[in-house]
Amino acid sequence: MIRVERLEKSFGAQRVLRGVDLDVATGEIMVVIGRSGGGKSVLLKHLIGLLRPDAGAVYVDGIDITRLRGTALDKIRQRYGVVFQGGALFDSMSVFDNVAFPLRERSRLSRAEIARRVGEKLGQVGLAEMGDKNPAEISGGMRKRVAIARALVTEPEVVFFDEPTTGLDPILVNTIHHLIQDLHRRLHFTAIMVSHEIPEIFAIADRVAMLHEGRIIESGAAGSIQASTNPVVQQFIRGELEPAERGASQYAGARA
Amino acid sequence: MSGPPDAAPFPAVLRPIEAVGRGSLDLVAALGRFGRFLLETLALTFVPPFKLSRLVDRIHFIGFRSLTIVVLTGAFTGMVLGLQIFLVLSRFGAEGFLGPAVALALIRELGPVLCAVFVTGLAGSALTAEIGIMRITEQIDALMVMALSPLRYLAVPAIVAGVISFPLMTAIFDVVGIFGAYLVSVKLLGLSAGTYFGEMQTFVDRRDIMVGVWKSLCFGILVPWVCTYKGFHCGHGAEGVARATTQAVVLSSVLILVLDYVLGSLLP
Repeated sequence: MIRVERLEKSFGAQRVLRGVDLDVATGEIMVVIGRSGGGKSVLLKHLIGLLRPDAGAVYVDGIDITRLRGTALDKIRQRYGVVFQGGALFDSMSVFDNVAFPLRERSRLSRAEIARRVGEKLGQVGLAEMGDKNPAEISGGMRKRVAIARALVTEPEVVFFDEPTTGLDPILVNTIHHLIQDLHRRLHFTAIMVSHEIPEIFAIADRVAMLHEGRIIESGAAGSIQASTNPVVQQFIRGELEPAERGASQYAGARA
Repeated sequence: MSGPPDAAPFPAVLRPIEAVGRGSLDLVAALGRFGRFLLETLALTFVPPFKLSRLVDRIHFIGFRSLTIVVLTGAFTGMVLGLQIFLVLSRFGAEGFLGPAVALALIRELGPVLCAVFVTGLAGSALTAEIGIMRITEQIDALMVMALSPLRYLAVPAIVAGVISFPLMTAIFDVVGIFGAYLVSVKLLGLSAGTYFGEMQTFVDRRDIMVGVWKSLCFGILVPWVCTYKGFHCGHGAEGVARATTQAVVLSSVLILVLDYVLGSLLP
């Protein structure tokens, strides 16, 4: 469904993506893992057309979206739902209005039908009673769930999750992961998730791709990535320090 | 803009020239983005769907919430003008011209300019900060991935609200200012009310009023344009929003004075 070919992106002298290749099949949950600041969110922004690459292509059903602009790109985006890292809820609207917003703006549904769908989605994420609250009045975990409800309310074919559990406690991390897995099972969307929640992410991913130094160094079924013999993959999964970091850590310990 | 990361560096002797060239190109590119932002926004203004509820909200945000400061500053501007011009004219025994002098100064120059500057400080800065926060919290990205135009939601209503609100607020500023000068010159300094208003009707005509209207209309586009643009293009984090807000207020204020001079030269 989505194919990324030799994607390259630099910001000034910093080369963030150095030729990323990635395939995502229809209906699967693909999780891109990698270190913080390694370019995962930059890759995701290319997939949703918020950034343009220096080189390479992003094909969605055979159409290179890096060449699209305006309404042509909007047509592709109408098939998308996106859960941003911080939720990106509109501060000036209530939870209900946030979830209703895409339907009000992009569909011709009646008010009653919009209210029904919003109520249904808020119920699915366990926030049926929270519609009247403002985003500032609810917790971080609730905001993530509202963002998921908003991303799914238009029943998109593809849903992108940009580190949907960042900043949450371990119980909430599992709650959000189970919620995504449950909704995926019921709604059959294709999910592309960027995350560094190891090892929890292996429980919900169909396939995992590891982004390291601007390239996908390994991808495959969740189990095969866990069993990978690639030392970089194993080092990341086990949370081991790199030699330079180990030296800095020991130096800091000695000073303390 | 990303460039080729492995491009060969310039020899040291040529680096100052390279810096000047790069600075010039960046300036031209920034001006191009600035102009394109306005053109795209103006184009979307006439293309449905129109966001009427957003427009009403922005008129409230820019216009209604600035009313108190407009009335206050208008009153004291008029009182200061009345006092100072009275003192000058009384040296020549020409106090009778106080009314027209105050009215012309307010209607042609001070009303549109001061009103625009004060509204920039109050509503313009808030507009930049609001959009800047939406930028750094990915709310603008969220609009884009919903296949909706952020310009249509954020810039178009602000500029249309500016075009509607600025002339009305300028008119209020002028009326309150003229009344403030009346209080000082007639009630405190003893000028006759008939002279104050009578001479005003003789010397102020429709052309003077239209100069003020045209200026306030132009400022009504300029201020929301600068402030929304700066919000859209703010840097990272709270510091980026703070810097964008300062730049928006400073740039708007300078451009108001520049545009005032240009319009003052062109308009009759």
